[in-house]
Amino acid sequence: MSKADSPSKGFSSIMIIIVIVALGLSIAAFFFAANALIVTQDVIQGSYFALIGIMGLTLLTYMLIQTRKRTLSLSIQAQKVATTILCQKCGFKNLRDFQRGDFIFKEAEGCPKCNEKMMIASIYREVKKKKGKKELS
Amino acid sequence: MIPQVSQLPTGQGDVLGWIFQVAWIALIVATFIYGQRIQMTLMLREVEGSLFRLKFMRDKGRKTAISTLKELGGSETDPTDRVDRFLEYVAIQPVNLDPSGVIWRLEHILNVRDVRFKDEVKLMVPGVDEVQTNNMENMLEAALALNIIYKVIRHFYVLGKKTKSLYIIMQLQMLLPIILREAEAFSNALQAFTHGQPIGDGAGALVAAKLMHGHRAKKIAKDTVMAKLSIEGRTAYVLKAKGPGGNVGKPGEAIKQILEKNKGKIATAIVVDAALKLEGENPGEVAEGVGVAIGGPQIEKYKVEETVLKYKVPVNVVLIKEDIGDAVSTMRKEIFDAADGVIDRIKRLILERTKKGDSIIIAGIGNTIGIGQ
Ligand SMILES: [Zn+2]
Repeated sequence: MSKADSPSKGFSSIMIIIVIVALGLSIAAFFFAANALIVTQDVIQGSYFALIGIMGLTLLTYMLIQTRKRTLSLSIQAQKVATTILCQKCGFKNLRDFQRGDFIFKEAEGCPKCNEKMMIASIYREVKKKKGKKELS
Repeated sequence: MIPQVSQLPTGQGDVLGWIFQVAWIALIVATFIYGQRIQMTLMLREVEGSLFRLKFMRDKGRKTAISTLKELGGSETDPTDRVDRFLEYVAIQPVNLDPSGVIWRLEHILNVRDVRFKDEVKLMVPGVDEVQTNNMENMLEAALALNIIYKVIRHFYVLGKKTKSLYIIMQLQMLLPIILREAEAFSNALQAFTHGQPIGDGAGALVAAKLMHGHRAKKIAKDTVMAKLSIEGRTAYVLKAKGPGGNVGKPGEAIKQILEKNKGKIATAIVVDAALKLEGENPGEVAEGVGVAIGGPQIEKYKVEETVLKYKVPVNVVLIKEDIGDAVSTMRKEIFDAADGVIDRIKRLILERTKKGDSIIIAGIGNTIGIGQ
């Protein structure tokens, strides 16, 4: 597959311009804040500039986090599947992991208790419920 | 905020202050003019992220398919080329400008597609049994779906980028969460299909299998089996797709045949199927109603609706609720456990709506992968 028709990973130019401008503005704002607080002793002006600077940096951090986030969580976990084998005569139950070839109502090996042929009674996966979440019902 | 900023750095003739002020105003003006462009860029980034995820799932699907087929077929054949060709297959919809008979034309095309797919699998892994052929066909269909989803989304992404159309990108960005959910469902389906595990969609087939287990099942339509048994003094024709391979069978055709063989003397037909739940409902919840609940391309549903109308047979449905993710991934415990509750409901329904000696049809709809009979 050629590079043109798959999504690109690099930063777009607009993004870079926004980042540079925002960074420049916040640095300038911090400079003015320091100037106002130390030289002219103007607390209102100083804290105002500091606020602008913090806003600029927050925006930058947010954007960086946004770009980082999508590279994570790109894996799919295999699910655990359980097979239950049941003896219909004496009720003996055997729970094991799923093996290829298993299907519901398949005849399985002999029962260890009464030697009767056992049968696969169920195949399912269990989903753990998330705790601490209240649901509307 | 703005008037305050503009009066701040003046007075002392501070050059830096002026620069700061101009930059600030420029930023505001730029936001006004390029606001939409910036918004579009942000949306594009978001779509791009999702597209990466779709690509990842597509590639994983392809890899899983190839490695499973290699494992099954041994070392003598390399299925890679065939799989790649398979992932591009299309089935073209029949003309619906003149809708008369479109169902039969669609059925024909889907039959041809089904035969073609199964033949393709047999060529990829020669000498494998019917169950595995069906499972592999299902697995390849999931991989095919992932490939198509990725390609369509990529198409609109590139188109939106090229035309710089906010509306194309906006639609994409708004639909993507739902599309991603569907793609994730198919991605999980691959595991179920490669191993032959029962899936949530098979809930109806499971109910039918539980009812007919221990009775002789005979073939009644393509990939569909039926058993005649007695429930609460009524003669029940229980049918499902033929397991344990991945099959949906032709339940509509089967119901039609049973009705015609009995000349319509059926007290009621009960259709059991998995249904998409609404958000907030629990998986495995059971609901009842009337009508024909058969998913897929509507052909089987149409056949049943026509025949029950002809003989005026009431149709009842029992639905097992689950979401799209549960429907194609390995069956959840909640759904499995719901089957016994459904059987109780069927018995109650029979007692309430039919008399002793009546004949009834019970159809378990759904993909019967991993479920025997
Ligand atoms: Zn036993």
